[in-house]
Amino acid sequence: MTSYAYYPGCSAKATGASYEESLMAVARVLGIELEEIDDWNCCGATAYFSVREKLAMAISARNLALAETQGKDIVAPCSACYLGLAKANKYLKEFPETREIVCGALKAAGLEYNGTVEVKHAVEIFVQEPMLSQVKAAVKHPLTGLRVAGYVGCQMVRPYGFDDAEYPVALDTITTALGATPVPYPMAARCCGGSQIMTNEEVALRMSKNVLLAAEKAGADCIITTCPLCHMNLDMFQAKVNAHFGTNFSIPVLYFTQLMGMAFEASGLGIEKNLVGPSAGLAAHM
Amino acid sequence: MKPDFLEEIYEIPGGENIKDCIQCGTCSGSCPAAPNMEHTPRQIIAMIRAGMRDEALASNTMWMCASCYMCQSRCPSQIKITDIMYALKRVALAEGKAQPKASYMAQVFVDNINTYGRNDERMLIFNYYLKTNPGKFLSYAPIGMSMISKGLLSMGAPERIKNIDQIRKIVAYVEKDGTA
Repeated sequence: MTSYAYYPGCSAKATGASYEESLMAVARVLGIELEEIDDWNCCGATAYFSVREKLAMAISARNLALAETQGKDIVAPCSACYLGLAKANKYLKEFPETREIVCGALKAAGLEYNGTVEVKHAVEIFVQEPMLSQVKAAVKHPLTGLRVAGYVGCQMVRPYGFDDAEYPVALDTITTALGATPVPYPMAARCCGGSQIMTNEEVALRMSKNVLLAAEKAGADCIITTCPLCHMNLDMFQAKVNAHFGTNFSIPVLYFTQLMGMAFEASGLGIEKNLVGPSAGLAAHM
Repeated sequence: MKPDFLEEIYEIPGGENIKDCIQCGTCSGSCPAAPNMEHTPRQIIAMIRAGMRDEALASNTMWMCASCYMCQSRCPSQIKITDIMYALKRVALAEGKAQPKASYMAQVFVDNINTYGRNDERMLIFNYYLKTNPGKFLSYAPIGMSMISKGLLSMGAPERIKNIDQIRKIVAYVEKDGTA
């Protein structure tokens, strides 16, 4: 059995709860074990990293140290968590000064990290063989004819990431494996504005609008996301985008794991918790 | 604080690449927030290199950054532009020159984590708007109601991680030399 140390992140335990539900449902079908890291803490997301760089690395490294005691690589479903953990991991290896202060801080807290853990985004564990073949084999209801805009946003693919920073392909690979059709989507790796939604709302809403507009123009029946912050901006704030710009978007936004679960005919996917209701194309498969 | 602004940027891990800037403007052309910035990323880099310290620190540019890393990913000189934006935030905060709204958000977030170990989204939103714009908080009412009806907004008290003392020790250790 494939087994990982699971790092949920703060959103997956609150507003992004249906991401965790659907990820777990899909993992069960595929025989992937996700063992939650006991007593994990915040990854040191953008808001923390940007104003306390060394401290963010140190608190992020506490999670790496906890995962190391499990002897497993980390899987993070949230793109911001993925980057926070991956950045700390990378800096610890590449910059001796960072390593010195972070290891000192961990030691002061009675912890130790030896750099043996790899950080993976949840998308990553499904698109590599042999798992991709198992995904195809698990499809009970092929999503034939469903047009899907695969949206990865920013921090899953930049500045590190396992997929292309400009033209990501991982989500389209999954969409195809489920029998659905990926639409050409030039905004796939552009930012939704998530981190600015509270401080500079207009900037964030404009960025979300462009992401929604491109999906609508591509004739997508739904958008799939890989991050609870992207999901919040595109789904929960879609009505606010419409009110602000006089647009009339009604594009369902699903976590990619919800789409996988639909094709697997798994239950407990939390799709009913998405604010924008299903389009005709999506409803035909539900 | 060192007198030479460039030296401060060099201190970011990998920050010394800023000297390779060719002013091509790829960063500004790639930035989704550039229309709302007082100085584009290219201009800010030029200002740092020209020693325009006060002007750069007073700019809204780094507070508009959405942290999408498109500039950094495309930069032909491998300059860590997003990380430079973060460095500008840190120096501006340390010297009391930070633009208030966005910097308060960051501070609320940091306090949240250092107190609870995790980010309680409700505490973040509430504390932020309480301080900056209480009226605006009400504009979230429709979204908040939808979230409650979908069971996505917990009504319980914020939870602390079990070993919050480890976070406290980590914070104390890193902050002891004043360079968090």
